[in-house]
Amino acid sequence: MPQWLDDFLWAYGSFVYGLGVNAILGLSMYAVLALGQLSLGQAAFMGIGAYASAVLTVKFGVPFPLVLAAAMVAPAIAAMIISVPTLRLTGVYLAIATIGFGEVMRILYINTDYIGGALGLSGIPEKAGGPVIFGLLALILAGFLSATRSKIGRAFEAIREDEDAARAIGVNVAAYKLSALVVSAALAGLAGALNAHFSSFIGPNEYGFDAAVTILSYAILGGVTTPLGPVLGAVVLSALPEVLRPLHDFRLVFNGLVIVLVVIFLPRGILGVHTRRVG
Amino acid sequence: MLAQQLFNALVLGSVYALFSMGFTLTFGVLRVINLLYAFYVAAGAFLSLVAVRDFGVPLWAAGLFGAVGTGAIAVVCDTAVLAPLRRARAPELSSLIVTLGAALLLNSLMFLAFGAEVRRFPATLLSQAPIDLGLLQIGQIQLLIIAVVALLAALLFLFIERTRLGVAVRALAENPEAAALMGINVGVMFSGVSFLAAVLIAVAGILIGLNFDAVHPYMGEPLMLRGFAVVVIGGLGNIRGALVAGLALGFVEVMTAGYLSSNFKDAAGFAAMVITLWLRPAGLFGKAVTRRA
Amino acid sequence: MSAPLLEVAAVTCRFSGLVAVDAVSFAVETGRIHGLIGPNGAGKTTLFNVISGLLDAGDGSIRFRERDITLLPAHARVALGLGRSFQNLRVFADMSVLENVLAGRHNRLKVPWPASVLRLPSARSEEKAAVARARELLATVNLVDKANALASSLAYGDQRRLEIVRALASDPMLLLLDEPAAGMNPTETAMLAELLRSVRGGGVTILLVEHDMNFVMGLCDRLTVLSFGRKIAEGTPKEVRADAGVIEAYLGAGDVARFLEGTQR
Repeated sequence: MPQWLDDFLWAYGSFVYGLGVNAILGLSMYAVLALGQLSLGQAAFMGIGAYASAVLTVKFGVPFPLVLAAAMVAPAIAAMIISVPTLRLTGVYLAIATIGFGEVMRILYINTDYIGGALGLSGIPEKAGGPVIFGLLALILAGFLSATRSKIGRAFEAIREDEDAARAIGVNVAAYKLSALVVSAALAGLAGALNAHFSSFIGPNEYGFDAAVTILSYAILGGVTTPLGPVLGAVVLSALPEVLRPLHDFRLVFNGLVIVLVVIFLPRGILGVHTRRVG
Repeated sequence: MLAQQLFNALVLGSVYALFSMGFTLTFGVLRVINLLYAFYVAAGAFLSLVAVRDFGVPLWAAGLFGAVGTGAIAVVCDTAVLAPLRRARAPELSSLIVTLGAALLLNSLMFLAFGAEVRRFPATLLSQAPIDLGLLQIGQIQLLIIAVVALLAALLFLFIERTRLGVAVRALAENPEAAALMGINVGVMFSGVSFLAAVLIAVAGILIGLNFDAVHPYMGEPLMLRGFAVVVIGGLGNIRGALVAGLALGFVEVMTAGYLSSNFKDAAGFAAMVITLWLRPAGLFGKAVTRRA
Repeated sequence: MSAPLLEVAAVTCRFSGLVAVDAVSFAVETGRIHGLIGPNGAGKTTLFNVISGLLDAGDGSIRFRERDITLLPAHARVALGLGRSFQNLRVFADMSVLENVLAGRHNRLKVPWPASVLRLPSARSEEKAAVARARELLATVNLVDKANALASSLAYGDQRRLEIVRALASDPMLLLLDEPAAGMNPTETAMLAELLRSVRGGGVTILLVEHDMNFVMGLCDRLTVLSFGRKIAEGTPKEVRADAGVIEAYLGAGDVARFLEGTQR
């Protein structure tokens, strides 16, 4: 690799990889928000993926691909348990259940010494590099873009606009919602595992309420009319505090402000374009 | 020992109930789970603290100041952030999202302004010596909590059930369009309910600050998370349910801490909530908000 | 004679104390245009919601194509051949006209999702066929030239026709239409009647709710009349028109003469 790239990555690798991971988190949010579901569990699922993968790698030496797979399956199962009962209820229940879930997981991590307790887990080998992260991101994004242009995308849009009308045209709304939640959880878990394996340290406080709302802000800023929206939102909101140094301490304030302003003034996000849904 | 546990449970449950009643009132009328409530808890506590420490105001006045001040903040927030969405007939979840953003914004600002340092109400405010009743010891603060919550709950129920304004609030919760057609000034009522709920929340914050001898910007979060569990278990929008479930949660937590494990008491409420969602989603007193899947 | 396409048997539906539909029974024969009429608040839309699966029946049963569908979820009823349109327009505003109709065809697109995501040839050809069919349907209501316009940008009458065509996209055997002529002028109404006749000609049975009496009388083979949730009359338009109970339900006893006079046209 050219020297300048090597130097750049050495100095900013963490940041660049972080962008990739946040983009995957944005897509995780897209999966549910595109159907109009407000699941705030992405941070919690990310935490499950992070911890599960770290334990498997550090304590059991499991090969990395298997670790990534496990990091997707574990949160998916958790997602099903907490969200199945909310499928028949109005959307607010899912939001509450997922927020609460994040908090419970945090308590679990702090109180479990096997995974480091309050001090977290360190010494995770660096197995996730640029190719893996951005390769996976590209794959996932391509999958979403393709799905959006097909009957799946139309079903998503129908559910988001009018669930009963969607049922009336034969969309199995419950199945779609559950699938979306599972995919969202799996992607968040994957992001967590990737993050753990390049930052070499994870702690219980990284996956709480603030993180969940931050992930939401990616999707709100970019809008969910296209999968590119949350990706763009993630890049902008992750990069801005780095590029504008004074903004750094105000990162969370800024994210919150972004959500408020966008929801009120730009409900479809900055990429509020109409995407073609004909394959 | 058991008597002491039960008393502690009553105290803890009272605070949960107070917070949850405000929380559920907002949901019932404004149809929004307002995540700014964690912020209001801290705001109420901080306002009172400043009044007491920097202006030497007696506790009861400081409490009033904290409550009314927070109520005013709530009205401003509602007007700035929620009212535009109501006017645009935005979907319900938009309101939730916007309060999320506002909560992140205000909590972070408060943190930047005040830092993580834990502040305390002056120890001289209330007598620290507990009243010894043999079987149990009762602190003045704990008595204050029970008394205040009982009073506020009674006043709230009287207001909602017996006054004309309370009837208007219930009408608004039932059917906002019909209420508007019947001449109820919907905008004013929404502001009023925001104010009222925030007052309850702020008082909860002050009581918590006194009881746990700690005031800091994120003090409201644990309470809000309990609040979620309580309003789901009690029934979204149901004030009676919030009261009962709040007290029940206090009981469950104290018992879990005392007889099972102190570490996991915080998870007890959430576990109870998930069980409720699986078994009886409407909660103890709520109307089923289900629809066919 | 074969069994009716749709059999509604003693269906009751309650909303927090109020009985919206009270033990209503009727049947729709294949190939008919059957009308469900009655004054406002009679429970017609509620009954539609129960038949299409968006509401649970408190009591009673529904048979469609000789199968009991009472407990079947809404989307499964569409798969069986039940389609519907809504009283208050519910087109997908953020989708184009063509996408709306394609969405209507969702249930007939059988290719498994991996094929869709991977854009396999099977998915692509199914999609192509669906687009062709969608355009055909749009042509029957003169909306092909607006295929790429956003549904929300259409005029009211066009949106109504779009919703009907969206329901037709699922190749239903029975089409439930809730006030399809609402808000239409006489010309549009006449065109709609023509459209529905040709739809029936294509083998689709129609059950419709409507207030426009001329439209109903001229189009329907059979009528079922509801009032306050109960069935009060059934028969051919001629029979129903002369039924005193029906007239009273609509107008109150005093205006009978005026009504009879009005319908002599």
